[in-house]
Amino acid sequence: MTYKNYTFEFDGDGIALITWDMPGRSMNVLDLEAIEEFGKIIEQFETEDDIKGAVITSGKTAFSGGADLKMLEGLLTTFHKERGNNPEAAMQALFDGSRQFSLLLRRLETCGKPIVAALNGTALGGAFELALACHARFASANDKTQLGLPEVKVGLFPGAGGTQRLPRMVPAADALQLLLRGSSLRVDRAKSMGILNDVVPEGELIEAAKNWIREGGKGVQPWDEPRFRLPGGPVYSKAGMETFPPANAIYRRETYDNYPGARAIMKCVYEGLLVPFDTGLTIESRYFANVMQTTEAAHMIRSLFVSMQELNKGARRPEGIEKSSIKKVGVLGAGFMGAGIAYETAKAGIQVVLLDRDSEAAEKGKDYSDKILSKALSRGRTTEEKKQTLLDLIHPSADYNDLKGCDLIIEAVFEDRDVKKAATEAAEAVVGKDCVFASNTSTLPITSLAENSKRPASFIGIHFFSPVEKMMLVEVIMAKKTKDRALAVALDYIRAIRKTPIVVNDSRGFYTSRVVGTYIREGHLMLSEGVSPAMIENLGRMAGMPVGPLSLNDEVAVDLAWKILQATKKDQGDDAIDPGQEQLLEAMVVQHGRLGRKNGKGFYDYPENGPKRLWPGLADIAPVTVDADSVDTQELQQRMLVIQALETARCFQEKVLTDVREADVGSILGFGFAPFAGGTLSYIDGMGTANFVALCRKLARKHGPRFRPNSLLNQMAKNGETFYGRFGAGAAAKKAA
Amino acid sequence: MPDCFIYDHVRTPRGRGKKDGSLHEVTAMELASQSLRALRDRNDLDTELVDDVVLGCVDPVGEAGGDIARVAALNAGYGNKVPGIQVNRFCASGLDATNIAASGVMSGQHDMIVAGGAESMSRVGIGASGGAWPADPSIAIPTHFMPQGVSADLIATKYGFSRDDVDAYAVESQKRADAAWKAGYFKNSVMKIKDINGLTILDHDEHMRPETSMQSLASLNASFEMMGEMGGFNAVAVQEHPEVEYVKHVHHAGNSSGIVDGSAAILLGSKRAGKKAGLEPRGRIKAFANIGSMPGIMLTGPVDVTEKLLARTKMSIDDIDLFELNEAFASVVLRFMQHFDVDHSKMNVNGGAIAMGHPLGATGAMILGTALDELERTGKKTALITLCIGAGMGTATIIERV
Repeated sequence: MTYKNYTFEFDGDGIALITWDMPGRSMNVLDLEAIEEFGKIIEQFETEDDIKGAVITSGKTAFSGGADLKMLEGLLTTFHKERGNNPEAAMQALFDGSRQFSLLLRRLETCGKPIVAALNGTALGGAFELALACHARFASANDKTQLGLPEVKVGLFPGAGGTQRLPRMVPAADALQLLLRGSSLRVDRAKSMGILNDVVPEGELIEAAKNWIREGGKGVQPWDEPRFRLPGGPVYSKAGMETFPPANAIYRRETYDNYPGARAIMKCVYEGLLVPFDTGLTIESRYFANVMQTTEAAHMIRSLFVSMQELNKGARRPEGIEKSSIKKVGVLGAGFMGAGIAYETAKAGIQVVLLDRDSEAAEKGKDYSDKILSKALSRGRTTEEKKQTLLDLIHPSADYNDLKGCDLIIEAVFEDRDVKKAATEAAEAVVGKDCVFASNTSTLPITSLAENSKRPASFIGIHFFSPVEKMMLVEVIMAKKTKDRALAVALDYIRAIRKTPIVVNDSRGFYTSRVVGTYIREGHLMLSEGVSPAMIENLGRMAGMPVGPLSLNDEVAVDLAWKILQATKKDQGDDAIDPGQEQLLEAMVVQHGRLGRKNGKGFYDYPENGPKRLWPGLADIAPVTVDADSVDTQELQQRMLVIQALETARCFQEKVLTDVREADVGSILGFGFAPFAGGTLSYIDGMGTANFVALCRKLARKHGPRFRPNSLLNQMAKNGETFYGRFGAGAAAKKAA
Repeated sequence: MPDCFIYDHVRTPRGRGKKDGSLHEVTAMELASQSLRALRDRNDLDTELVDDVVLGCVDPVGEAGGDIARVAALNAGYGNKVPGIQVNRFCASGLDATNIAASGVMSGQHDMIVAGGAESMSRVGIGASGGAWPADPSIAIPTHFMPQGVSADLIATKYGFSRDDVDAYAVESQKRADAAWKAGYFKNSVMKIKDINGLTILDHDEHMRPETSMQSLASLNASFEMMGEMGGFNAVAVQEHPEVEYVKHVHHAGNSSGIVDGSAAILLGSKRAGKKAGLEPRGRIKAFANIGSMPGIMLTGPVDVTEKLLARTKMSIDDIDLFELNEAFASVVLRFMQHFDVDHSKMNVNGGAIAMGHPLGATGAMILGTALDELERTGKKTALITLCIGAGMGTATIIERV
């Protein structure tokens, strides 16, 4: 028999070699067709008597990246369509459909003949679950191979036996960690954990796998043996009680119980280990069909998988402009941001001129890269040679003439108009006419900075986040006169350094800083209302933010918030600011000199030994008057998310944002907005626009006009529209047709 | 509604709940039986009159499993006709056994009944019966499960009790228990545990450390810091009580209840049943209540249940002359006194479980007896007995001296 996506070779030695090799793709993926054919292969394997065993491998560099998430989308669409007619039948169909692959793997591992996975490269998600269902696993020695179950990162969890096989192969505590983090393993670690039978040189992989069968490897999984014992001991045992209660607590610590996928992992492992394997698989399938239906899963898949990939691949790059090759980048200012930008740029193999007022300051900026690399070296994550190659690409300098030949300049000097003006002029005097000039400002409107330039068409904002080497988002800001070529170059550069871009139009604070500012303000206002600072901070995290609003303000500086407030008051009048916030910030900054982490004194104290602690003096500035046990904590949490979503909707109406995907991905990667919601606009869509508008109005009545919905939202609520329905890719297609 | 009278009560001395504890050689069943025998013998009770034996036991597994009340009653020689039932409401089991027994009398369905409890912590082990709450994510996660020690530390943090506060309370508990023992306040109610030859195995509470001082306690490290931090439970505490910035760990072995072995038995009955047996009533069960409270912080139930019980009996906190609140952890008692503004001079006047120990299923019955003895000694009228309970519950009983 021949297959489209697999080759099935049988050379008469009793062992078949199945090579997964999907035509026209660089990576094997588990889609409907691949699964269906795999079923047929299993049938052939089962029924042909002269086949004694099989090895499965891949014809690509990687084994497989896992399942095609669109497959689930198809099941869900049918489900939603049929649910109105016959809810139980629709549910049954979703349950049956979503466990097909799981049952197929079960059939494979119980067919009585040995099958071995020969992992020649990365195997993730459903593909790794396939490997787990094999009776043995071998991998070729390859540093780049990643093995793991990352489903939880997009709101799902492994639904093809992963939650059952893993905790039957390794102790439940280890399995839970892998499942909940969704992190991947390198081959050596997988072997030491007992997940791989062996790691062998690349050329010997297939032979090693075949030898396992020749040497008598049995086609029976350990958990199908009558005397099987769980490697971590029974759930209800001393070992089990040392595992599950803390695991439940750590799960909550890490997720705030906001992620249905992660929650289901806990339940599948606990419940599954109390029953025989087949029952465990059924339990896993029940949870899987349930989690699939959640808004969280749908929105996380959309933002963190589909949209992010599209943006990474240049969804917003203007058409008809030739791909620019960026060979040399000038970074002006070797401070914390400049140094980070230099490191990330050199990491992509691009030459960097790191410029500062004197060579000492410039050298210091380069040392930053040295430090990162030395740390990586000590952990075995790089080599001396790679380190040196990267460092050699960074040229520290105090001489503007060194910028000659740069394709792109990124200005990251002090946030001062005069300093920026001088830097811009000095650089423009040296570089060629094709060079694009970008400012990394986070606070000054790009259009106003572009006035310093003789070539405003090539002037753009490229806003990095701190710390540069960790933050994946880059916010590109179009000034009024910025032309498409500058945008194309900026996006090509961001793609080269493997970060995710969003493109926004100019506005005070652009998109991300503007929205995150509302979160910080909400924290200030709650404090001035008499809510305890610890409660504000904890509720911020519980709502889904990575840090509380007061912590965040300490990081970006309290005096900056004070300055912005004063500037807003000056520009837009007394009514534009909240007197409660002004009073609080004045007391903090002017009276008490509490500027934030930078001077070790902000909303928190930062003792040298030990964790930061809320400043006790807050009790005098903003006495706690709200009773912790009777306050509506849900409303406090809603305020922190609603105000950000609302500000995003305003950005959208003002055309600061023009793409719903960018709003969502930007909010998650830029400031960590509740990832389970799928981002700021998905948060509104998930709640339903009408519900969101009603909530805004309720909050506006209680807490002031800052919660008033804008006209776009009012209109959408009236029409029953969602952001993705009205502005998403589907909507654009509909319009075009 | 018939009244339910308390005719008598006894308890065993409390043995250290470890392998080197004096009562470790005594089976759980025999431990329970000795209270039952003592109650019978000192009242010259015809056990034919006993309608049921209700015993609390928190880890009813292994040798304490099945139905320890039935086997203990048989083993005590109560005769085939006396049934037995084991009940479990965690730490309040002994008090709930009493309340359930009293209900039978008050409803007119039982005439005479024995209540009590037994726990051999040294032999069976705390937590031996398992249970879904800590382990099953479906319940542990939404209800913020955390170990009791972390809950107790959370109470201290939330309501502002310092390490000095809880230690000072513990020192006082030891002092009071020592003084009460020396003054002989317990001698009428604490029987001896004897071997088959009549030799005494234990005649005093062996967990006590009357020499305890602030200085000696200061040398102890907080017990639940590691568990709270590494086990993730501090984060759970903060998520249930977000006004708490971080949990301050203040409890240790010296200001928490001791792990001990022991049993207790109380003779309850209607007026008529007492007459028939030729007994004089000593006290009356006036009212009782149960309640559920916040599960994570777990140990605040005594406040909630006391409010419920006072409301139902139309009494005020000032109508109570004497309080017995199980000293599971010092912060539990401090929180109760703080909430109701109860003076320490009315609370646990003869010490409590921090000094003498907490044999889980028996404690409720023991402290009810202690309260009755103290009412008799001082001539006071009304006492309230209450305990904090696992998974967030409270049980309370009001008794009167007659």
